[in-house]
Amino acid sequence: MSRKIPEEQYKKTRSYRLKQWLEGSKDPYLDQIEMKPQKDFKENKAQKEQRKAEKDRLFARIYDVEHNAEMRIFRKIYRIFSVLFCIFLVLMLLSAVSYLPTIGHAENPANNEVAARYIENGLQETGAVNIVTGMILDYRAFDTLGESHVLFIATCTVLILLRIDGKKGKNAVDVPMENDRTHEPKNDVILQTVAKILVPPIVIFGIYVILGGHLGPGGGFSGGAIIGAGLILYLNAFGFEKTERFFRASTYKKLSFTALACYSLSKCYSFYTGANHIESVIPLGTPGAILSSGLILVLNICVGVVVAGTMYTFYVMFRKGGY
Amino acid sequence: MQVFTYILLGFLVVCAVSVSLSKNLLNSILIYMSYSLIMSVIWILLESPDLAITEAAVGAGITSLLFFLTLKKIHAMVKTDEEGEEKDE
Repeated sequence: MSRKIPEEQYKKTRSYRLKQWLEGSKDPYLDQIEMKPQKDFKENKAQKEQRKAEKDRLFARIYDVEHNAEMRIFRKIYRIFSVLFCIFLVLMLLSAVSYLPTIGHAENPANNEVAARYIENGLQETGAVNIVTGMILDYRAFDTLGESHVLFIATCTVLILLRIDGKKGKNAVDVPMENDRTHEPKNDVILQTVAKILVPPIVIFGIYVILGGHLGPGGGFSGGAIIGAGLILYLNAFGFEKTERFFRASTYKKLSFTALACYSLSKCYSFYTGANHIESVIPLGTPGAILSSGLILVLNICVGVVVAGTMYTFYVMFRKGGY
Repeated sequence: MQVFTYILLGFLVVCAVSVSLSKNLLNSILIYMSYSLIMSVIWILLESPDLAITEAAVGAGITSLLFFLTLKKIHAMVKTDEEGEEKDE
């Protein structure tokens, strides 16, 4: 290793200390600390007996309802209060409901000019035959962007909570056979045959639902969920080895980042200006054609990709804790 | 058609009550799944197919799958012989 400054001098520089701190080999306040792997929990027979006896004594003294008068009274009061609380809650909610405006009344705050505008001008302004998609991804695209980010954040949280760092090499932990984290698949013939037949139609149907979001019922969210379900079925039938060929954590990261960035970038100008009557560069096309309604198709694909990846990642994290 | 809607709504109430009253966790998940399915049919009857698709895919599919997995992880699912994984679409 060639350095411009000698070793001694290098060790005094800030960058070296920062590097040490990042690696965890040296704490700036505690100085040198030694990292030790946690010991396995072991106890001999006497300790085990003692722990059990202590637990039994605890249960006998505290949860002994027949002799413990305090406990008995507490339980009675607890029951009475729980019923009273439930009744109170139900009454409160019912009284709140009674103040709500009647459904379908003409004077309701929901019956304003917004809905009429959507219905009358929706097709003209967004170019989407399915007015719901036009609303979700054009008039209210900002909401949908927020929803996609909520999904992304949820995945990040699941990753933080459930991720298990797989150790490879000499420190690898032995996993028992019945643990299905690693020992996959179970090679169930019925399941595999059904999956072979069903997975392609499911995925194609999901793609159809995403692409046809502006023409008929469907859209990014539902289509993404369908594709995610298809991937999960495939994973269940054929195991992690097969799916990891095309879908890994890095794939998910790239896909969701690309989709979210694409969404944000394509809509950022109208978000920034408040979306007041900006003429879109992209022509709306003939309503009813697959390539129509401007950005809606692209946004649908983005949302679909994010949702499919999220669903699949949730499943994998719950199942295995890393991929 | 009106009668059919009422029957579905009745099923919905029965499902919602029995989810919380069922002792077996697996049963309550299955009932919850059927709740979602009935709900998606009701969405179709209310003329909102978008919501129906989403409800069927997310409510009946993915959510219950995650519930099954969680049950398996916390060993709450009673093992009978060599049953494999639960799955569904």
